[in-house]
Amino acid sequence: MSTSSAPISAANRHAIAVVVDNESGVLSKVIGLFSGRGYNIESLTVCSINASDTVSRITIVTSGDDMTVEQIKAQLARLVPVHGVEDLSQQGEHIEKEMALVKIVAKGVERREALRVANIFGAKVSDTTLSSFVFNLSGSSRKLDAFIAMMRSLGEIEIARSGVVALNRGEEVFSRHR
Amino acid sequence: MSSSSLTGAEVVVKALIDQGVECIFGYPGGAVLPIYDALFQQNRLRHILVRHEQGAAHAAEGYARASGKVGVLLVTSGPGATNAVTGLTDALLDSVPIVCITGQVPLHLIGTDAFQECDTTGITRACTKHNYLVRRPEVLARTLHEAFSIARSGRPGPVVVDLPKDVQFALAPYVAPDNIRHRTYRPPSTPDARAIVQAAEALLVAKKPIIYAGGGVINSGDEASRCLKSLVDTTNFPITLTLMGLGGVPSSMRQFLGMLGMHGTFEANLAMHHCDVMLCVGARFDDRVTGRLDAFAPNAQKIHIDIDPSSINKIVRADIKICADAGLALKELLRVWQSLAQDKKTAQGKALVRWWQQIDEWRKRNSLAFRADDKKIQPQEAIRRLVQATQHRAVRITTEVGQHQMWAAQHFPFEKPRRWMTSGGLGTMGYGLPAAIGVQLAYPRELVIDIAGEASILMNMQELSTAVQQRLPVKVFILNNQYMGMVRQWQELLHGGRYAESYTASLPDFVKLAEAYGARGLRATKPSELDDVIAQMIEHPGAVLADICVDQHANCFPMIPSGAAHNEMLLGDEQQAEVSDDGKMLV
Repeated sequence: MSTSSAPISAANRHAIAVVVDNESGVLSKVIGLFSGRGYNIESLTVCSINASDTVSRITIVTSGDDMTVEQIKAQLARLVPVHGVEDLSQQGEHIEKEMALVKIVAKGVERREALRVANIFGAKVSDTTLSSFVFNLSGSSRKLDAFIAMMRSLGEIEIARSGVVALNRGEEVFSRHR
Repeated sequence: MSSSSLTGAEVVVKALIDQGVECIFGYPGGAVLPIYDALFQQNRLRHILVRHEQGAAHAAEGYARASGKVGVLLVTSGPGATNAVTGLTDALLDSVPIVCITGQVPLHLIGTDAFQECDTTGITRACTKHNYLVRRPEVLARTLHEAFSIARSGRPGPVVVDLPKDVQFALAPYVAPDNIRHRTYRPPSTPDARAIVQAAEALLVAKKPIIYAGGGVINSGDEASRCLKSLVDTTNFPITLTLMGLGGVPSSMRQFLGMLGMHGTFEANLAMHHCDVMLCVGARFDDRVTGRLDAFAPNAQKIHIDIDPSSINKIVRADIKICADAGLALKELLRVWQSLAQDKKTAQGKALVRWWQQIDEWRKRNSLAFRADDKKIQPQEAIRRLVQATQHRAVRITTEVGQHQMWAAQHFPFEKPRRWMTSGGLGTMGYGLPAAIGVQLAYPRELVIDIAGEASILMNMQELSTAVQQRLPVKVFILNNQYMGMVRQWQELLHGGRYAESYTASLPDFVKLAEAYGARGLRATKPSELDDVIAQMIEHPGAVLADICVDQHANCFPMIPSGAAHNEMLLGDEQQAEVSDDGKMLV
């Protein structure tokens, strides 16, 4: 997956929701569009969202100037299996959440400090041994970054992050495309 | 279901017939044998055996572009599918509706590196409008009908249907094509009424307007061409056409400035550069059209009509965006234009007089002029003579890619759409002969000529065998200069005249080659022989290769060097080009 080396400023960062047919090949079509046309992907998540498993929602965090982002949305929208494309960042207030599982291997003071920090962040303990924890934390990507940075200073860590999922605030529903 | 006694292979044949398909281009192989067996046992579908699957794809393209119907090819798994990839990509870039049925190894062998297995849907994902791997016989008929619907609707394009061999053998229910379309795919069609009014108002106050139209007008159908011609007649605006749009309005129209872009006319490119309002219809601001972007039509308000939303604002920002079918948009625009106030039109008429005076000055430069020679055949002269010899006939032209293609675009006039089939976007050498075969099948009684170069023609030469077998009287008119002329022209411009590999030694004797295939071979080496060779070529009832040995050193002008602007054209050999470093990077 291509990721930009330059940090993404808030102004040109876009969270885009893409509702697609849940068929084999659709995800690779979407990803292939980004790599083939040289667009950035900061994060991409996907899961089916209806009871019959026929429709999936892909959340992509990307960046670019206005013309590039407009082009990304138009290119996504013209893919045959794409039902709809929604630019959450453009539409106003929305919620972005990410989940991380963070394993830390530490003993003694570091181990106790890790648990204290986890409490401050509101991370849950998903697994423990006498020399390790696996914490489960969700929230904004920045909150996860901060938590992981602190854990890293306390011991050896292994992390798994889900990538961003996003939804717009308020009562409006992207229902046309569900 | 009553028709469940059909096998998957029989469903394929029935679906094609019900889609109105009359002929398909293909090449058999292990993974499509059941379909070939089903084809063998019927006589409604004509199968054209090509000699290479790339030829099948281009033939399907030629058929589709000439007829306006969906072209169909049938190829086997593995190499059959990969050989078709160039043609699929060509169809994607030039928006040609084709359906490509590929055989696949049986489902239980997929992913095992079986004999002649390849990941066809993976490989073709980026070069098709859409593709399918049919895993269940129950969805086969529906999938095939959907593939046709997707190929022809919206911005047309290629669709691949990959069929595992066991799905071809299995019993499969049949459903008729009635109203079958994709569940959610709904391309734009009708224009936004407000945008049309805005466009008409912008055009009404223009002092230096221009219409720039492309292949979208051709793809939309003949009605789009009629509306465009009416718009030009009514407004008296100048119009230029892209390589893909030639024939979109009759080239004999006084308002037609010729093709624009890298090898476009002086008047078309300067009118684009100096216009104040540009109406772009069904064209996509290709780099071959715009030249240097920051100097492209710098003072123009731009109206862009395109059926593909991703074409709008992709390269050039549009001031008025109309995402719709070109024909429907033009019809609306014409209707709104006719309702506009007459006094404003009269006022505009005065401004247009000055604009036309300026354009006529540019026209006097006669940028397509060339020096005819009585010793060497000038390639442009060869095309002019071909035009003269065919002007009272129904003629359709295909081309290969290179200098000959640009000379054909510059010098062959087209009065109607779908008379000109050339590889524009992908620039595929080897397109012209198989495309001509497809065109000839669509129009058996018309004169179909592939204007070719000697390098390009060798890329799909084997298809002459197809033409001979099917008794298709296609004519291949080779402008033979023994060089990959366009490569050489760029080497002169950018690389100090060092002709790295652009000269072809050991060319075949094209006359003997034609005879070896059972076709007629002709040759002209002097201008005095041209007319006779052309006449013989036309009169011969079968396929002909005419080897026209032209001046080896002729180059294609006018030319906008890469990285230059529309007002920085090179008009002929006498000018020394200076190409910027940025320009050298461009292709």
